[in-house]
Amino acid sequence: MGNVLAVVVRVPIPALSPNTTSGQGRQATLVLDVTRTQYVLRRVAFALATVLIAVTVNFFIFRAAPGNPTSTLAQQPHISRTYLAELRHQYGVDQPLPTQFAKYLGQLVQGHLGVSVTNHELVTSNLKTDLLNTLAMVLLGTLVALLLGLVVGVSLAWLRHTKVEGAGLLVSLTTFALPTQWVGLILLVVFAGTLPSSGIHDPYLVNPSFWAKAVDQLRHMILPALALGLGIFGQYAFIVRSAMLDVLGEDYMLTARAKGISTQRQLFNHGLRNALLPITSLTALILGGIVGGAVLVETVFSYPGIGNATADAVAARDYPMLQGAFLVFTVAVVLANVAADLIAVKLDPRVTA
Amino acid sequence: MSAFNPAATAGDPAFEPEIDEQDGSQRASVGSLIRRRPAALVGACILIAIALTAILAPALAPYSIDDPSGAAYTPPSSAHWLGLSDQGFDVVSQLMWACRISLLVGFAAAAVSIVIGGTVGIISGYFGGRTDLILTLVTDYFIVIPALPLLIVVAAVWGPSLVHIIVILGLLLWTTPARIIRAQVKSLRERVYVRRARSLGAGHVHVIVRHIVPHVAPLLVANTILTVATAIFSETALAFLGLGDPTADSLGKLIENAYEHDAATVGAWWVLLPPGILVAILVLASTMVGLAVEDGLNPRSSHVIFAGGPLRRMRRRRERRPTQPR
Repeated sequence: MGNVLAVVVRVPIPALSPNTTSGQGRQATLVLDVTRTQYVLRRVAFALATVLIAVTVNFFIFRAAPGNPTSTLAQQPHISRTYLAELRHQYGVDQPLPTQFAKYLGQLVQGHLGVSVTNHELVTSNLKTDLLNTLAMVLLGTLVALLLGLVVGVSLAWLRHTKVEGAGLLVSLTTFALPTQWVGLILLVVFAGTLPSSGIHDPYLVNPSFWAKAVDQLRHMILPALALGLGIFGQYAFIVRSAMLDVLGEDYMLTARAKGISTQRQLFNHGLRNALLPITSLTALILGGIVGGAVLVETVFSYPGIGNATADAVAARDYPMLQGAFLVFTVAVVLANVAADLIAVKLDPRVTA
Repeated sequence: MSAFNPAATAGDPAFEPEIDEQDGSQRASVGSLIRRRPAALVGACILIAIALTAILAPALAPYSIDDPSGAAYTPPSSAHWLGLSDQGFDVVSQLMWACRISLLVGFAAAAVSIVIGGTVGIISGYFGGRTDLILTLVTDYFIVIPALPLLIVVAAVWGPSLVHIIVILGLLLWTTPARIIRAQVKSLRERVYVRRARSLGAGHVHVIVRHIVPHVAPLLVANTILTVATAIFSETALAFLGLGDPTADSLGKLIENAYEHDAATVGAWWVLLPPGILVAILVLASTMVGLAVEDGLNPRSSHVIFAGGPLRRMRRRRERRPTQPR
């Protein structure tokens, strides 16, 4: 019952859950009728709608900005009116907003995100390699966070009511509260000399073999990923801990102990496996935060990813690039959310009843 | 920032909290709250101390932050406890003034977000039905869209200024309060005294103002304090990307300055370390206080961070009953 109702409140915020039971008969029956396919379809539809809204927001925010691509030129003293009008026409800013929006949507469908103002290349081609770089780094960072979070979370659950737990909680909370960019700067100082601190490859590497190149790139990825991972592992640790605490109170854990299974197997095979479900949804939920962290971390380490591109675009007021990067971020987060929903359905048949 | 409760205590009758409809019982719980949560008291003391120092910065700051008081990156000494910055300013004085800006941004943005989030949450929870559906969908959209990139985009387009940053943060941080308050109002709406007021002919506005708002007030306060933490944290990110107010040095701006002017390579730890640690202390302190207020004055919410409390209580209850169908 509890799990069925949880569908309505999908994004699990604590205060929300207990109250859905009271006086919500109408909504409850509505949810109980939902079949698995309907649920999946609804999630996908929601994702599509979110992307559409993001696109709309993306368009109108930038149109609300003072000036347009031609306004700096218009301030030139001797610029001719005809040339200016021609430029306006070329950028399409002489047309009414709805027409511009329709055109923008049409171009988006064809995968055209505009032209960068700084290097006059297509935004898509600018962002393509950046996206791959960021994906690799974020993946590594999430892995770091997951591993740390799992280990710390399970230990904290196991060591509850001890001094170690208090200290562990404080450490996890503190890493969470430290500004990501600051953690990056500290890592820079600590690992100066031992690990590469900026860029993604060593410019002095001549004709490297495939493996040498891969190792080099990985080495460049370590610090940014570590900074990112340290910033988010606290969240994982807390969730793992509370999920574990919940599981540890279950009857089958008592059975496992009664069977004389070793502590490690109790914790990891019986406990953690059952506690893993919330972690899948959490990974997607905090992806928004990870993406934000990526912007900061990539700036600190001059790592050529989308985050760095965003920061550069901000500095140069390169709106097309900024627009493109924001779109990529949003679509990535939305996709990850859908993926997490689908995985949750797959993992736990109770999700949709 | 909000912790999340995967156990989905929904449907667990053992977790139905004791109803505290008298204000007296709520007031009485402030004392017990401090006893149960010493961390909250520590957090509150730290927060008040920092706030006082920040407010009194003009009087307390030992040196001017407009005139350099020595050579750049002078190490700490008895005259300058945390040395001098890249432009020869006294770091302690700079930190005091920066806390002022950061706290101002934090509290103002939290106020904006709580006004929006509270209104959305109360309307959505109280009226239910289609209104609720639409408002919940809007909230959901805002939750999914990654916050920092959106912040960056809006701040970049709108231009850096303190007021803009406060409004932007406020406009983007209202979703979590809205959700939590909506849930609370939903259950308040079904309480007997609300139904009685309605049947006696009280209008919606009257019921909301007289019966709903006073009961979610502790939750509003708690969420304001929690949002202060998020706002301060987000402000450092914006400032770091050069989107802060160039005329107001916040803690985030100090971190950016340290980065831009190579405090790390020079080895000027006294410039680099303090602002980051202060941000963490501020965030931790307000999180502690916020969670404790929310948890203590409103037994309905259970935060994972203090899972030792509510979860333990819940488990004890569960153990008392013979079998628990899962």
